[in-house]
Amino acid sequence: MPGLPFWPQRASAYAGQVDFLFTCLLVITVLTVGLVFFLLFFFANKYRHGSNAVRHEPTRKTWRWEVSWTAATLVVFVGLAVWGASLYVHLYNPPEDALQIFVVGKQWMWKAQHPGGQREINALHVPVNQDVRLVMASQDVIHSFYIPALRIKQDVVPGRYETMWFRADRVGRYHLFCAEYCGTDHAKMGGWITVMNPRDFADWLQAQGGQETLAAQGQQLFHRYGCSGCHEAGGTVRAPNLNGVFGSPVPLSDGSVVIADERYVRDSILNPKGQVAAGYAPVMPTFKGQVSEDDLAKLVAYIESIGPNRSGTS
Amino acid sequence: MHAPRNETYLNATVGIRSWLLTTDHKRIALLYFAGITFFFFIGGIAATLIRFELLTPGPTLGSADLYNRLFTMHGIIMVWFFLIPSIPTTMGNFILPMMIGARDLAFPRLNLTSWYLYMAGGLITLTALLLGGVDTGWTFYTPYSTFYATGYLILAVFGIFVSGFSSILTGLNFIVTVHKLRAPGMTWYKLPVFVWSTYATSVILVLATPVLAMTLLMLLAERVLHVGIFSPQLGGDPILFQHMFWFYSHPAVYIMILPSMGVISEIVPVFSRKPLFGYYFVVWCSIAIAVIGFLVWGHHMFVAGQALYASLAFSFLSYLVAVPSAIKVFNWTATMHEGWIRFDAPMLYAFGFIGLFTIGGLTGLFLAALPIDVHVTDTYFVVAHFHYIMVGGAVMGYFAGLHYWWPKITGRLYPDYWARFAAILAFFGFNLTFFPQFILGYLGMPRRYQTYPPEFQIWHVLSSAGASILAVGYALPLFYFAWSILRGPRASANPWGATGLEWSTRSPPPPENFATTPTVIRPPYQYVRGEPLMQAGDV
Repeated sequence: MPGLPFWPQRASAYAGQVDFLFTCLLVITVLTVGLVFFLLFFFANKYRHGSNAVRHEPTRKTWRWEVSWTAATLVVFVGLAVWGASLYVHLYNPPEDALQIFVVGKQWMWKAQHPGGQREINALHVPVNQDVRLVMASQDVIHSFYIPALRIKQDVVPGRYETMWFRADRVGRYHLFCAEYCGTDHAKMGGWITVMNPRDFADWLQAQGGQETLAAQGQQLFHRYGCSGCHEAGGTVRAPNLNGVFGSPVPLSDGSVVIADERYVRDSILNPKGQVAAGYAPVMPTFKGQVSEDDLAKLVAYIESIGPNRSGTS
Repeated sequence: MHAPRNETYLNATVGIRSWLLTTDHKRIALLYFAGITFFFFIGGIAATLIRFELLTPGPTLGSADLYNRLFTMHGIIMVWFFLIPSIPTTMGNFILPMMIGARDLAFPRLNLTSWYLYMAGGLITLTALLLGGVDTGWTFYTPYSTFYATGYLILAVFGIFVSGFSSILTGLNFIVTVHKLRAPGMTWYKLPVFVWSTYATSVILVLATPVLAMTLLMLLAERVLHVGIFSPQLGGDPILFQHMFWFYSHPAVYIMILPSMGVISEIVPVFSRKPLFGYYFVVWCSIAIAVIGFLVWGHHMFVAGQALYASLAFSFLSYLVAVPSAIKVFNWTATMHEGWIRFDAPMLYAFGFIGLFTIGGLTGLFLAALPIDVHVTDTYFVVAHFHYIMVGGAVMGYFAGLHYWWPKITGRLYPDYWARFAAILAFFGFNLTFFPQFILGYLGMPRRYQTYPPEFQIWHVLSSAGASILAVGYALPLFYFAWSILRGPRASANPWGATGLEWSTRSPPPPENFATTPTVIRPPYQYVRGEPLMQAGDV
């Protein structure tokens, strides 16, 4: 509807579920506002000063009414809270084997890196009907990755990875915004997300040129930053071998166990003494300030590629 | 009745010193009125410029930096120097002691100190905003504010820090006053609801404002001294700032709305000529809002990366805090049933409040629903929602109270037709301004954008058109109130047929409020077949 848009585009099944909840809330709102406004106008007219309407002695026992409307409100609200929560939990459970794209936010652009090494700025190309998982970092301030057509948004807080996932089911071009105020050109920090047929997507990847994959670039960095000196067989210092580590539980020296996900790998590079693997001395120096977010993404992609569930680069 | 018949708090002493050094709560209230009106129009000018900028999808007025400074200025001024002090420091100051039959607040000199702190803080911040402005938004999120923001952030934050002490001292003053200075017979359950809600507000002011002070100090420590607290560059955690900021700033919303609810709870029974329906429930709902309001701050952070279970808990608690608000709306509506309803200007503002607050509250339910919040947080949906609460609710309540107590405060009447016209104009202007923003928000228009995709323009144009109507609605009272002071007919002691103690003394009141301390014999809002029964007996 040109000129007077009422409803946002919808490009995923999840968006449809959110819209359904929204619509139900809208109905509740319209009914409640309608009831309150009706009563206000009805009373205001019927019991206006000087009208001949019958008035009884004011009732002293109001608690029946109070208990009734309190209980009714409470029941509806609890129902809405539970419904909302059940949808929200969905966002926290990304499927296995989603296509993984690294996104870095900085003042004032979004940079995306595909597994094949393709890069794009203020744009994101994804295949239709495929799970996509974004691993996002910020180089400076808080940004927020927002795709209205998918009804999803995630703040990207500097100093850690944030993830979000989606499965777009309609080919098309949709707005991409930064939703968290980030300075002068906040309003310009965005572009388009393009959802493509798998064949078109493959062509698009091809057309971006034959870069090395992200993991392969990461492997080079793994050597250049000297990681391989300790973390590969034959290293001079005893350090954990990283083959097969990604995605598996790592016992830590304080007795706890973490899953070696993107966040753990990133933290271990920047703050190695924070979570030391059990049985190893905390001798690794920090790489804070030396490795950019772009390079971190490549290193993480490499570690991930030598994890147990992946064969080489994906 | 032996006091000179024409001596009032206004003419008892004269000269500028008698105002600037006064300890009379009524005069201090007027000092606050002056300051608050000033800041309201400063914030309003910023709002006008914002709405002008957003008329076109591209830049309209100036640079992006200018726009960012405008919305920051609008937010800071309106939140800290208008909304938070608005009703408590003006009507609370003036009316609360009279409502409980007291001569003054418990600590009159502290009261004057509060005003000086408020003005000092306000002028410091205003100086910062006029020198070059601040571009962080009123929320000061780290690490943007500590490392990347330009402008006079330190000065602006310091001004807010100073004015926070005004909040704390005012809250303390009200709490002690309500506990210690009630007239004989004025038991807790005979207190007018305005006193209860101001009391609940004061508790929040005293408990929450120190957290803001700490947060702002830490922010300054990080920005000035590079002490690592909130910024990952220094080993800090940006989310910690958000937790601390919203631990104050969410309860701050209740600081703004609870006093308005109190005003409406006064006006609805008076103009319905009926006791307030469910007095005990309305009273305890205020307390419940004040308490639960401290437990919902995390709903500002559903997409900020807080833990899943934290979000689930905060969502549930946010629904819970909406229950007492809903109960209040039902009680005000039920109060009108079988009443003798009059439609003077205060009542029209009260109608406006109930309508707009209901919409604002219900759209809060959308935001408490986690997946909807994920979509619409940081969009115009949120902007519309909180303006329905803070402008549609709090400001409507402020104007309602102003029109209701004006004859008591000034001893003059105002032209009721003009006042009703302003109330209706503000109601329609408000809806035209902010209703389109709900649609914009669900469409995905992010907030704090100077430029935007062209398909959103139609809604922005409607919103700006509404804002110009709203501006007229807010400016009109300036004129007819000025006329009222100069030419308005004299007001009687009780022009509305109310029952509270403040209406049992002259308009304007004598310096000591009551010739003799009244003894309270009845609960508030007692009417028999539409005829008022005064709390202190019929005078």
